[in-house]
Amino acid sequence: MTMTTALCDDMSATDNIARYNFAYLDEQTKRMIRRAILKGIAIPGYQVPFASREMPMPYGWGTGGVQVTASIIGPDDILKVIDQGADDTTNAVSIRAFFAKMAEVETTTDTTKASIIQTRHRIPETKLEEGQIIVFQVPIPEPLRFLEPRETETRKMHAVEDYGLMHVKLYEDIAQKGHIATNYAYPVKVKGRYIMDPSPTPKFDNPKMHMSEALQLYGAGREMRIYAIPPHTEVVSLDFEDYPFEVQTFKEPCALCGGTGVYLDEVILDDAGGHMFVCSDSNYCEDRRANGHRGALSPDILDEDTAEQQREGTDR
Amino acid sequence: MTINQDADCLRDATLVPHRQMDLEEQPLLQVRSVSKYYGRRIGCEEISFDLWPGEVLAIVGESGSGKTTLLNCISTRLTPTSGMVNYRMRDGSMREVFRLTEAEKRFLMRTDWGFVHQNPADGLRMSVSAGANVGERLMAIGKRHYGDIRQTASDWLEQVEIDKDRIDDQPRAFSGGMRQRLQIARNLVTGPRLIFMDEPTGGLDVSVQARLLDLLRGLVAELGLAAIIVTHDLAVARLLSHRMVVMKEGRVIETGLTDRVLDDPQAPYTQLLISSILQV
Repeated sequence: MTMTTALCDDMSATDNIARYNFAYLDEQTKRMIRRAILKGIAIPGYQVPFASREMPMPYGWGTGGVQVTASIIGPDDILKVIDQGADDTTNAVSIRAFFAKMAEVETTTDTTKASIIQTRHRIPETKLEEGQIIVFQVPIPEPLRFLEPRETETRKMHAVEDYGLMHVKLYEDIAQKGHIATNYAYPVKVKGRYIMDPSPTPKFDNPKMHMSEALQLYGAGREMRIYAIPPHTEVVSLDFEDYPFEVQTFKEPCALCGGTGVYLDEVILDDAGGHMFVCSDSNYCEDRRANGHRGALSPDILDEDTAEQQREGTDR
Repeated sequence: MTINQDADCLRDATLVPHRQMDLEEQPLLQVRSVSKYYGRRIGCEEISFDLWPGEVLAIVGESGSGKTTLLNCISTRLTPTSGMVNYRMRDGSMREVFRLTEAEKRFLMRTDWGFVHQNPADGLRMSVSAGANVGERLMAIGKRHYGDIRQTASDWLEQVEIDKDRIDDQPRAFSGGMRQRLQIARNLVTGPRLIFMDEPTGGLDVSVQARLLDLLRGLVAELGLAAIIVTHDLAVARLLSHRMVVMKEGRVIETGLTDRVLDDPQAPYTQLLISSILQV
């Protein structure tokens, strides 16, 4: 009781109503989650069960990622949250606001400044560095789930490294579509042992996981699993000798910053088939534009004519 | 000379492919006092026999006689209450199968052994293509060349008389007989030495049964497979097996060469079983 009061005083309580603990979760829960994280780091790619808590958000909105972040965040951390690469989408904004309030930490949209990056569906284009931690929100941690529905069986398969089934899926892709058609949640083998689902990131991001300098943590709240890839760990995307793994390529550069070799989102401009491709990583795109890079549809280089046509298109 | 000729005639006359006799030969599988109890009920009790390389053994008996329980015990799908099953690995060493690690057991199951289920849906992945069904074992033992896997799968489909252009169809789109043949191909692709079959012709109509039996006989002879076949159909046993075990209420009633047991049954129960066959 006295401890709680002290804590309240510390956190500049303005009233006598009990406050939430630092970073929302209670200390025992954080300790439990940290243990799971440590185990995950010790066994790269292995799914560690943990007692996932109810969070003030629905399952599927990143309850796993939020719990991992809450357990590792300290008052000195600088947090960045992205959703599909963007800092300004609903999920990213509200999770950032959640930690700004509950942990009173500094937040940023700048990839290089952040010490913790919580993400859904992307790894930032800017190379992550030593000391940074990236936290993934994972909906389905089990890569074998849709091939073998029994969890008892998939756990055994992981335990005895019985992974033939994973290639059956890739085989089916090639047989049906002529190429490996898995474009996101592309299975990887971590440190030559466990097969892991990299969460629904596009396969474009898979090479970034390999030998990453940053610590990668994965939290699945509904499925109650945590797994991790420590820095400098070998991560190999599965493939066939005659159908090697390859990432998506884009024909045109980003329409706003002219960036190439990055993952692009298609944005529909009108009902007449007008569209443009822009960087999915909003921070990367803004940075480039601030440094003077321009793409074909940047507002300040669209000449009068194009602007005119654009307006007509929209009006129609 | 005449004796030799007689022997040749006899060999031609018999339906089951002939096995060369080899006095140096060691058994492939030893089953010793295997018992399985379901609570106080007997599944099977005190079963012992040897199986030799290339030999086909039929386990017959009425339903509920413990045939399938015994098969599942031997193939490690069930753990027996007591008893021992030894298997000669490819390196020649005799290993007790229940002392193998889970990983070794699985490796054995997908390389050296095969299991053909009565219901093909239990032994196939119904939602992936025929080609992937056949290729799965190859990928499980580390084959990583798509073209090679597909070629092998296509060759095997041909061997079991499934049209090559059905390779990308799911087994759901196959008839019962085709599914059963696909299941056999899936099991044989890694060149196993021992196949377990649980009523492989159950539920198929007679003409389809006949083709399947023909195919099995050909494959067993060609590949020198050893097999344990559970069946309640004595005609299937006659066509496929060298030796027979007759079971009743979980116990072995009679064993012997198939032709001897069928033509000259000793135990009263076997006599009853054989005289119960419907004559058309």
